[in-house]
This record gives sequence, C-alpha cells and structure tokens, in this order.
Amino acid sequence: MAILKHGALQPNDWLTVADDAALPEGKPAVVSLDRWLKERETLLGRNAPLGVRLKSDQSPMTIAEDLERIALIVLEFPKFTDGRGYSHARALRQRLGYKGELRAVGNVLRDQYLFMDRCGIDSIEIADDANVAGYLESLGEFSIWYQPAADQRPTVRALRAAKQVEPTGGSAVVRESVAASWAY
Amino acid sequence: MYRYDEFDATFVAERVKQFRGQVERRLAGELNEDEFRPLRLQNGLYLQLHAYMLRIAVPYGVLSSKQLRKLAFIARRYDKGFGHFTTRQNIQFNWPELVDIPDVLDHLASVEMHAIQTSGNCIRNVTADHFAGVAPDEIEDPRIWAEIIRQWSTLHPEFAFLPRKFKIAVTGASHDRAAVKFHDIGLKMVKNEAGEIGFEVIVGGGMGRTPYVGPTIREFLPKQHLLSYLEAVLRVYNLLGRRDNLYKARIKILVSATGVPEFSRLVEEEWARIKDGALTLPAEEVARIERYFQPPQYEKLPAISPELEGAKVSDASFARWLKANTHPHKVDGYSIVTISLKPDGGAPGDASADQMDLIADLADEYSGKELRVTHHQNLVLPNVRKQDLYALWQRLAAVRLAQPNVGLLTDIIACPGLDYCNLANARSIPIAQRLSRRFNDFQRLEEIGDLRLNISGCINACGHHHAGNIGILGVDKQGEEFYQITLGGSSKDDSSIGKIVGPAFAIDQVADAVETIVNVYLEKRTSNDERFLETYRRVGIDPFKEKLYGNSQARRPAAE
Repeated sequence: MAILKHGALQPNDWLTVADDAALPEGKPAVVSLDRWLKERETLLGRNAPLGVRLKSDQSPMTIAEDLERIALIVLEFPKFTDGRGYSHARALRQRLGYKGELRAVGNVLRDQYLFMDRCGIDSIEIADDANVAGYLESLGEFSIWYQPAADQRPTVRALRAAKQVEPTGGSAVVRESVAASWAY
Repeated sequence: MYRYDEFDATFVAERVKQFRGQVERRLAGELNEDEFRPLRLQNGLYLQLHAYMLRIAVPYGVLSSKQLRKLAFIARRYDKGFGHFTTRQNIQFNWPELVDIPDVLDHLASVEMHAIQTSGNCIRNVTADHFAGVAPDEIEDPRIWAEIIRQWSTLHPEFAFLPRKFKIAVTGASHDRAAVKFHDIGLKMVKNEAGEIGFEVIVGGGMGRTPYVGPTIREFLPKQHLLSYLEAVLRVYNLLGRRDNLYKARIKILVSATGVPEFSRLVEEEWARIKDGALTLPAEEVARIERYFQPPQYEKLPAISPELEGAKVSDASFARWLKANTHPHKVDGYSIVTISLKPDGGAPGDASADQMDLIADLADEYSGKELRVTHHQNLVLPNVRKQDLYALWQRLAAVRLAQPNVGLLTDIIACPGLDYCNLANARSIPIAQRLSRRFNDFQRLEEIGDLRLNISGCINACGHHHAGNIGILGVDKQGEEFYQITLGGSSKDDSSIGKIVGPAFAIDQVADAVETIVNVYLEKRTSNDERFLETYRRVGIDPFKEKLYGNSQARRPAAE
C-alpha cells in the first residue's frame, strides 16, 4: 500500500503491529485501540513514535488524554459508505486539538479524498497501483466552501464579506405591467 | 427569490465539471457500475427499471418562470416530453441517457439549478411551506432559513456518508403545510414569551416501513444558533445511527431507541461545545439572505374585487375552481393559485413540456414570474391579483389545467410505482388513474370535501400513504399486485399515522373499496362541515371495516 500525504506519495515509515506480535525495537509502530488500552503504561514508556488505529465504531475520546504522545492516529473506513470517520477526524482536530498525523485507511476512494482533507485527515493509504494523479486532481475540483470544517479554506461567507456581495435584481411591481421586471 | 452570486455560480460550474469527468470515467470503463453508483447518486442520478432517472433540486419548491421553461426544454430534448414533480418539491426526468447528463446539468446551471444531494445518504434538498412569503398565517418567511440550510448542507464534508438519507423541512406559519413532523428534522418557527422568533426543533419523524410522528427535542432555539444545532443533531446521528440494517438506519429509529430525553441530552451536550463557534449566524448575514426574498411591490387593491364577484356568480365552473384551487393571500386584493397536476385519468405530478411552457407564461403574466412546487405535486402561482383570476382560469381551462380538485379526493399524491421504480412492489399510477376517473364528478368531490388520498407502490412510502386520510400501499402477494388501505393519517398540525383497515384488495377492487369508505363517511358525518378525518376519529375504524368486509372478519388480514 502507498501513502499519499501533502500532495505526494510518501514512504510509509509506520509498521502496523498485530495485537499478539512484538513491537519493533526503536521503530514507529501502530497498535490497535484494544492493545493501547491494555498496554498503555508500557507503550507510553517506549522510546519510539506511537500510532493508534481506531475502528469506525471506536470513539477517539478514549485516547483524549494521551494525544500528545500519539504521533499517528489511523482511522478505518471499512466501507466508503461508513462516514463515522469524518466525525472522528473533526472531533480529533477541532474538539481535542490533535496536532499529529491523521490517516485514513480502508475503502478510501478518490472522490472522498476532498471530504477527508476538509475534516482534518492529512494522509491516506491507497493501493500501490492507484491513480495518484486522480486523487490529487480531486482536491482541486472545488474552490467554494459553504461551511466551516477542520481545514483552513475560507468559507463562502468570508469571501462574500470581503467582496460585499449584495443581492442583485431586486423586487418589482406585480402585474403593474406585463413587462414588469422581476428578480428573474 | 434567491439568486446565485459569482461564488454560487462558480461552485455549480465546478460540480458539473466534476460530474462530467466521472461520467467520462464510467463510459470509458475506468469506473464500474458499483464504483460509479455513489458518485451518480450524489448527483441525483438513479438507475431505474428501464433507464436512468435524473432528479433535479427545486430548493424549497421555489421556481422562476425562466427555470420552468428550461425544464420544459430538457423534457423535450432529453426526455419523452414530460417531467414528474415529486413529493419533495423536486422534478424528475425518467428517460435521459447517461451520456447526456453532463449537458443537462450545464443547461440547469445556466438557470441556477442543479441536482446536488437529491439522492444518496446525505442531507437532501430542504423543503418548505409552498405558501412561504405569501401566507396570511406566517410568523416569518421560512425560505430565508431554508436557503441558509441549503448552503450549509451543500457538500458538507462530514455528512456526505450518513447512515441513511436525511430530510429537513421548514415552516414559518401557524398551520403546518410542510409536514414538519414527518421529517428527519422539522423546523417550525415559533414566538417565545419574550416575543422573540426562533425554532421549535422536531427530530425523528418519518414514513417508510416504520412511520413516526416526530417528537420535539427543543421547544425554542434562537435563530442565530440554527446551524450549530443542526450540526450537533447530524453529528450525533452520524456517530450513533445504525449502519447494520438499511431499514433501521434513519434517525427516527435512533431517537426512538435512545428515547427523546437521552437523545436531546446528547444533542445539547454536543451543541454546548460548538454553539458559539464559526456556525453562529451574524445578523448581517441573515439580513443579506433576507433581502433576496423581499416581497414584490404589491399594488394597493381593494380586498374585494367586483370583477371576481361578478364572474363567481355568472360562472359556476369558475366558482368551483375558485373555491378549491385558490387560497387567501396576506395582501388585500391578491390570491394564491394552485394549478392542479392531477387531471382526470392522469399520472399525479406529471407535466408535459407544453404545459410547463404555458404555466411559465402564466407566471410571467399573472404572478411576477414566480412559481412554487408543492409536496402535493402541484404548482402554485403565489401572487395573482383577484381581478385577474377569471382570465387566468379561462387560460387554464382552455388547456385542461383547471381541474378544480385541490385538497379533494382526486388531488392524489402518488409515487412513480412499479411503472418506473425498481424498489416498487406494485404500480401506483394506474390506481391514481382509476380513482380519478371514478371520482370525476366535481359536484360529488366538493360534497365529499377535504380528503387526502396518498398512494405508495411499496413500503418505502414515497407516496406518503401513512399520512393520507386514506392511504393505499401496494404489496406483492405471490407475484400479484395487491393494495392495503389505511385510514386516518394526516401530515398537518394534527399529524397522525393511518391504521390498516383490513386485508389487502386486488387492483380491480381498490376503486370500489375507496367508494365504500367514502360512503361510510358521508353516512356517518354529522354535517357537511365535518371533515373525513374528524368523522373517522369520532366513529373509529369499525364502521369502515364492517362495510368493507361484512361479517367475513374471520378472513386473516393479509400482508400486514
């Protein structure tokens, strides 16, 4: 699998470790939430970057206390139709102030990438033969944002305020004459 | 009405370009149908029994004559010459070719329309009272708030993959014409004791196989907090709504399983965290949107028009239409006109391209170039001078669009049914056609009075049969179409869900059964003023059962 991050393919430095496997000495490792909760003390004492992997039904609130020690949080999207990860991502970024890397794995399609990016996910795992250009293109398909999210893109409200956009057209007389000009 | 500024126009153009690319990838075989499905669904494109179906958003039912002409053009050029207005105030085309869809979307964009979020498990096109801005019983114009919600929900990155579709309706009037208690979220504008206007928030109503009348989770929400509150509701739903069972995924199931107090607590807790953030609506922003919905400059007219009074006396057909199809307007000398799309023997909600063009002309001449689509699948001219009503009626009558049946038995709501839809168990349109022929005597219709009859071709209830005073549900019994009848539903202020009257009927028996039901009502009502629903609530279901099934109650109820 390849990692797409900040507009380019990146090497994956992280090793995902099974719950019953030993952690690699001195290397970045991702563990499941279950393992994290069981071996928290030991893991916190480890002298290498730590990552935690959450299933879509696992709330990030369970690791809220430890976010400063966690360098990577992996959110699973088992099916593209499972949208819980978007809310988890925003909670991590906006409610809990998580500053580390946030990665989406699983059924991550090109046309979801933009939504993920807006919710604060900054890397995605894709197949080695995935159309990287397509994924990157999808980030640039829009320039207008109708609501604030976890990203820095200016909302349309801010753009309008800057330009002082006012309603055009205006009201007209109803049936004063057939030619009365309406808002349309 | 709302007009796109440069930002809206840019956005819609970008959306069309994106979808054009997706269609090209599909046609080139880069995407298979499974991969294409979620993409097309977010653009209102369904694959139905015979062809693709494109559902176009008519935001909160407001349409200009220019937009209606464009829809007529699309019907002629890309469809078979007609369109179908839906119970979500939208319009559907049933026969477009996939390769043409991007061009259709370009045409729509040229008149500030699109098909975004008319399908898929996202926040759907928001609906509102079809008499918004002109109704005499209005506290505040709901279109302002519907537009604010439309913008906020457009490509919302967090809520594009909800457990299930999500529908929001807004009313600003004291009489509910938007069926707010049958929506995922219903918003009713209310005044509190201090005289401030805000929203009563109703969550978890709905139809489908498990109908619920939605409970109120907040009595009064100050207006500036609307979006943060909606975001809190959606977030709770996105995280906790069921994703394991398609039929239990709507928010109504979550609210009912969690219980209203606990659900409200969860929402309030989330809301407390985000309530004074970036979603708070500044008064200037609300005022800016409000300016788009300025009332037209009405003429000063007498409340009573002598021309109208004269025509009423001299022409009984006109008088009948006037009674059923016009409604009081907030300004003296004006009327709201409903054009019935329920002709004798026709398919409810269908309009031909020629009819659309003609109605657009009438909107130009008589109603300030504006129209509305109702969730009853009719069209409305919201601003007609009373003195013009007779001339308008003559124009409509000349093209058989003056059916005087609005709010009466043959003003039937029906889904497309098995004639088009691959979910349906049975056809809906032929039932509507049979009933409209059976009850085509207008004098009798008038005598029967207010009666809402709704038909759904399957349990998904797109024809809102649960909310019909008489509801008809198509069911499949060993490959044959049968129809189950419910009585006593209502989507108005006195919302209720209809009760099944007994075993289902074969297609040839439905019109007789409805006739029997109507006869029981006529016999039992205390006066001509007692509406069907009132009589039903007074006498209960038994007299109807007896007449329909006689003493054959031993028969097992079929297809519950």
